[in-house]
Amino acid sequence: MASALINVPAKAKRGDIIEVKTLMSHIMEPGYRRTASGETVPRDIVTSFTCRFNGTEVFRADLFPAIAANPFITFFTTATESGKFEFEWIGDKGFAETASASIVVE
Amino acid sequence: MKVARTFAMAALLLAAGAVAAEIPQSERRSGFSFMAPDTQAMQNDDTNNPGMLWVLDGEALWKRKAGSADKACADCHGDASTSMKGVAARYPAYDKALGRPVDLEQRINLCRANRQQAAPLAYESRDLLTLTAFIARQSRGIAIETGADPQLEPFIAKGRALYSQRQGQLNLACANCHDDNWDKRLAGSAITQGHPTGYPIYRLEWQSLGSLQRRLRSCITGIRAQAYDYGAPELVELELYLMSRARGMPMESPAVRP
Repeated sequence: MASALINVPAKAKRGDIIEVKTLMSHIMEPGYRRTASGETVPRDIVTSFTCRFNGTEVFRADLFPAIAANPFITFFTTATESGKFEFEWIGDKGFAETASASIVVE
Repeated sequence: MKVARTFAMAALLLAAGAVAAEIPQSERRSGFSFMAPDTQAMQNDDTNNPGMLWVLDGEALWKRKAGSADKACADCHGDASTSMKGVAARYPAYDKALGRPVDLEQRINLCRANRQQAAPLAYESRDLLTLTAFIARQSRGIAIETGADPQLEPFIAKGRALYSQRQGQLNLACANCHDDNWDKRLAGSAITQGHPTGYPIYRLEWQSLGSLQRRLRSCITGIRAQAYDYGAPELVELELYLMSRARGMPMESPAVRP
């Protein structure tokens, strides 16, 4: 299964404010629903999202059961130097996904 | 001669009467135009559109060998961006061997059975949705031309009859909402004209991608009628009528809908 869609501008000028968009494929089962026979469907969500730029953490979010499937997380950051964004999603049942995107800052 | 002419006139008048109830060409609107700007933005940017997750999976599946023939879709059809361009805009299409229309999902399964010798994929299974989404994506922006084949006429007529047939405990026909009241709202949501321009769609309510048949079945359940089974000829005829009704409108697959 394709896991992530990432949108980071390929180029930016130094000091520019850029938008980083991420979409992670995940069912985000809240853990409150029941099956037709009454059993609880166990919780299966992404619990944490982290973005590092050249090794330094620039954004982090904790996720909770009320968040919709395929969580879409965007944030703004300032382009300081060329480098690589590394994204990490961690969740229930050992869920762990990573993705990365590079940017050239002129 | 005179009798024949009167007959022809009567047929013309009848036809005109039937057409008048439908939405005029100039007033046709995609479900997209009823959506809030943030939902539209979700559809417009491929990196925001969750439907693209299925499209990407479909691309992988397109190239994967399957069945006892050990063939992938790509082994016959090659590059989907050229071979599948405009295909979804022509479906449901008439299948000569079966003598009836088949929708895109059924076409994929026919290909699996006849060419790949593989087991059919169930409706709404992830694999069938990804393949359909990937194929439909190749037609984005192309005008719908379903129903151009004259062999489809009796089936379009059946679909139209079903569309105008009141049914269920609420005794409503599709037309009662989607032709007569499309400019109004139902429980806060836009009713819309029911043009299937973007299937399979990522529906926010479903939190998932889904087929046109799933959408039709939930509408039928909504009027408290017994929904047809997936793959039923009635559903295909409805799909066919709706697509032929949307002829000329651009494909949006995979669309996002609320």
